[in-house]
Amino acid sequence: MIDKKIRVLAAKVGLDGHDRGIKVIAQALKDAGMEVIYTGIRQTPEQIVEIAIQEDVDVIGISILSGAHLQLLPRVTELLRKEEADDILVVAGGVIPQEDFAFLKECGIKEVFTSGTLTGDLIKFIKENIIKRE
Amino acid sequence: MQIIKDLLDGDRKALARAISMIDNEDPQSKEILKEIFPYTGKAFIVGITGPPGSGKSSLIDRLIHLIRKEDLKIGVIAVDPTSPFTGGSILGDRIRMHEHVSDKNVFIRSMSTRGSFGGISNATRGVVHLLDAFGKDIVIIETVGVGQSEVDIAQNADTTILVLTPLSGDSVQILKAGIMEIPDIVVINKADLPGAGISQADINIMLDFKNKRTWRPPVIQTITFNDVGTQKLWEEIKKHRSFLEKEDLITKLRAERYQNDVLLLMEKIIKDRIWYTVRETAVFEKMIQKINNKEMDPLSAAQEILNSIDLTNHE
Ligand code: B12
Ligand SMILES: Nc1nc2c(ncn2[C@@H]2O[C@H](COP(=O)(O)OP(=O)(O)OP(=O)(O)O)[C@@H](O)[C@H]2O)c(=O)[nH]1
Ligand SMILES: [Mg+2]
Repeated sequence: MIDKKIRVLAAKVGLDGHDRGIKVIAQALKDAGMEVIYTGIRQTPEQIVEIAIQEDVDVIGISILSGAHLQLLPRVTELLRKEEADDILVVAGGVIPQEDFAFLKECGIKEVFTSGTLTGDLIKFIKENIIKRE
Repeated sequence: MQIIKDLLDGDRKALARAISMIDNEDPQSKEILKEIFPYTGKAFIVGITGPPGSGKSSLIDRLIHLIRKEDLKIGVIAVDPTSPFTGGSILGDRIRMHEHVSDKNVFIRSMSTRGSFGGISNATRGVVHLLDAFGKDIVIIETVGVGQSEVDIAQNADTTILVLTPLSGDSVQILKAGIMEIPDIVVINKADLPGAGISQADINIMLDFKNKRTWRPPVIQTITFNDVGTQKLWEEIKKHRSFLEKEDLITKLRAERYQNDVLLLMEKIIKDRIWYTVRETAVFEKMIQKINNKEMDPLSAAQEILNSIDLTNHE
């Protein structure tokens, strides 16, 4: 058996065209040996969840700089629960104020990584927190 | 196995998980492939190859649109390269395939080559079987646009489409690489750019010169943004399919493919068997030492090791 690769969906949600951050993250995860599915900007929560299921990813990483994180991120985790796919680790990043972290975590976002994120920390977090399937 | 039952019942999560198991060479994947085989053989397989950025994914997006209009179920396998340095990859074909994400009759899966060199991954063939058994009418495979190893896709698809762009010098490369025998349909995509007509003429001349087959590949121009030529492309795919079916060439084609499958699988089984037997054994290490010291040559070492292994023994 060859090593199981960690598969990550790198997604941009909503009407948010800031894609530098997610590209940095996608590249870093690729360099860490992961398979990163990048779907481009302007995805709906529904699309993100459907893609995550078809691609059988271990992690969804969502980047959001538009300020709509309180509406869009909980919708993603809600849909994942509905599809019984909430064993997927969800992390987020972008422009998200500290005071929103607690609410997002309550909704099932496992961690929030904003500006100044060290990619090493992110990689470590993913490796330690993904759910090892069967 | 429950996952097989669920997959055959149309559960897309089971399908997605089974694909991962094949991709990861999970021990259970062999069982899955064996059990679903009787349910395969219905899907028509379309391979799409061509240089990086020529518009393969964009064309697939338009094809999905047309194929769905005829209410056919569709599966897509989009292959992108694995970095040989880190083993990681960025799979970006989906950027061009947004429109049908929420259509339950469209299933798209991105895969990385994972060390295979033929423009598709080692697992691709197995994944085609899964999509077929799942009930897809059409399975489209997008290869890594490498330009030299398109043979693999022709081997695996019923209809192979080569996607080129105008005046990019591709046509000369294609001629050099001798892959003009491979496509059943040639597409000049980005026909909005200057030179599409010239490229089309060039390729037509080449095809008339080189073609020894009974099927003469059509050369068509497409523009993905406003669906120019895409309907024609779909019609040509259907025409090629009828051509294969009318003369029952498809049975012959598939028999050849199974023969190739069996050969490749035998190779793989023996390779794995050899590797599991010899790796990290003292005998193997000692031999490598000897070769290093020029006391033995690699060929003699290989022969000696092979003579000591029971290759008929299964796991
Ligand atoms: C560059 C920029 C632009 C560029 C974007 C270019 C591009 N293709 O990305 C342009 C000029 C196009 C632009 C336009 C706009 N922008 Co602007 N833009 C910025 C700016 C200055 C920097 C963003 C950036 O690229 N940073 C560099 C990257 C590498 O950092 P990052 O995205 O934060 O990513 C890091 C981390 O957040 C984290 N991360 C990010 N994503 C993810 C995902 C995961 C999974 C993880 C783990 C980590 C992670 O890791 C990354 C690396 O450390 C920010 C200000 C700021 N300080 O952030 C404003 C900012 C984001 N923009 C803003 C606004 C308002 C706009 C516009 C609406 C302006 C307008 N009125 O037209 C438009 C909207 C465009 C659109 N369609 O969405 C606001 C957003 C306000 C808000 N959130 O409430 C900001 C915050 C500026 C401000 N202070 O007002 N913008
Ligand atoms: N001008 C023009 N550009 C096009 C057309 N079709 C696609 N493109 C652009 O060509 C670029 C590559 O398109 P893709 O569909 O990703 O090409 P690809 O062959 O799948 O690329 P790889 O998978 O990376 O090899 C994108 O920027 C598209 O927008 C077309 O008909 N005309
Ligand atoms: Mg592509």
